[in-house]
Amino acid sequence: MAPRLAGRDLVSAQPLLQIDGLGKTYGSGDKAVQAVGDVSFAIDDGEFMCVVGPSGCGKTTLLKCIGGLLRPTRGEVLLRGRRVTEPPEEMALVFQEYSRSLMPWASVRNNVLLPLRHKKLSRAERNRLVEDSLAAVGLTRVLDRYPWQLSGGMQQRVAIARALAYQPAILLMDEPFASVDAQTRADLEDLVLRVRDEYGITILFVTHDIDESVYLSDRVVVLTHAPTEVKEVLPVDLPSPRDQIATKELPDFASLRAHVYRLIKREQADAPPVEVAVDGGTLSA
Amino acid sequence: MSARSYRLVKIGAEIAVPVAILVAWQLWTAHAQSPRFPRLSTILTTFQDMWLFSQFGTHVVPSLERVGLGFAIAAVAGVAIGIPLGLSRVSRAAAMPHIEYWRAMPPPALLPISIVLVHSIGNEQKIAFIAFFCLFPVLLNTIDGVRGIDPTLIDTARSYGVPRHERIRRLVLPGAMPQIMAGMRTSLSLAVITMVLAEYFSSTSGVGYVLLISKNTYQLGPMWAAIVLIGVLGYLLNVLFILAERRLLAWHRGWRAATS
Repeated sequence: MAPRLAGRDLVSAQPLLQIDGLGKTYGSGDKAVQAVGDVSFAIDDGEFMCVVGPSGCGKTTLLKCIGGLLRPTRGEVLLRGRRVTEPPEEMALVFQEYSRSLMPWASVRNNVLLPLRHKKLSRAERNRLVEDSLAAVGLTRVLDRYPWQLSGGMQQRVAIARALAYQPAILLMDEPFASVDAQTRADLEDLVLRVRDEYGITILFVTHDIDESVYLSDRVVVLTHAPTEVKEVLPVDLPSPRDQIATKELPDFASLRAHVYRLIKREQADAPPVEVAVDGGTLSA
Repeated sequence: MSARSYRLVKIGAEIAVPVAILVAWQLWTAHAQSPRFPRLSTILTTFQDMWLFSQFGTHVVPSLERVGLGFAIAAVAGVAIGIPLGLSRVSRAAAMPHIEYWRAMPPPALLPISIVLVHSIGNEQKIAFIAFFCLFPVLLNTIDGVRGIDPTLIDTARSYGVPRHERIRRLVLPGAMPQIMAGMRTSLSLAVITMVLAEYFSSTSGVGYVLLISKNTYQLGPMWAAIVLIGVLGYLLNVLFILAERRLLAWHRGWRAATS
């Protein structure tokens, strides 16, 4: 499969995605709940950016606003300078709950076909995209199975394949590996790094796992507690390709991880007690 | 008990109980000698004479036609109206009181008005009558099924820019299908009930009409044969429906087994 360039050849100072003073408040008056306070950051083309924050800080709301699924109350999201008001074609979203984002009545093939049916493509092109993207996530023999016949890790790979088949420039992932076991999780992390190189895709990855955020990304955005704001944007200068053992043995990895951990611990301590219903244990869960 | 012998016992019990009831009926009626309760053997002979197949075309076929058409109209309309109502809270608020009112209406109460409004002795009145009452189970189940669809699934499709009509076709309809089918099954038995009712009161053909005529002329053999036939029809229609449902919703049984 030829790698997709995702606009890397476009010489431009403009970031691929820019989030500008974004805020989201649910409801109004006395019952108003401010989920996202004021968030600004930018992602460059080809970048792998992780967003971490204390549990319940509004990460999912933020991601839905960025993806055009929710209308922000304040601020805006710009994709290549154009304001996002509905889900843009260059964006794909992978949710945490693979079992809820895949259609149980459709085969793996038809699940991956879902975002392609309304695109102007020939049948052969469609089939090629489906087969290539499933091959890229290491699934070749399950096209005619139902998702619920597969393991959790395989189901999440189907969801990732579906996002890849859509050929987005940027992939938004909302805690995608939060509901799989540790070993599968490590495998999926490496898989995402590999397809990112293969497809030349930009990734915005939301997680509550600090190790994961440092291991995967080029930059980590640390969020404050709700109503969330950007606490710090942290460059991760770890050598590529990343390796589950070697990378995590590096002193730099340990100090970055400790730094992010401290920021988030402090956020949790500062958070108003009502809005944070977690203990320190869930941070690295 | 092994699985195999358990199955044999289960099938044996399924067959033995009705056979025992029928034998008891035969013995009791042979002893009682009451014209109101003909012997089973008499009923079965009459059944064979009437329904296999001398009057099959004149009475059974029209009845099945009415059940089929009335049910089909209700199924299509129920889904077509139920989907938009399931998707929109405002239209639901507007429609629910009317739906709740009409669905609480007992079918016999509307029979006179149905005969006056669609005043035909022919099929239109009966098909409309059947369709009207079969509509509600399908409609209510469709609304519930649509509302029960996981919002994550809809969000996923929206994020991929899947247009609304495609989302309805590929997500909403199949997602609600298990409940729609449950509603249709209820409607199918209701279709047989309303068919008999409509034919009993304003018809010149059909099994309900045969029931009426044989009662009025005190022909108790044919009357019992008609009753047996109506039961058999209802039973067979339900069996057919279950077979269709098993094929159409094979995924649902597997999914439920996998996720429970």
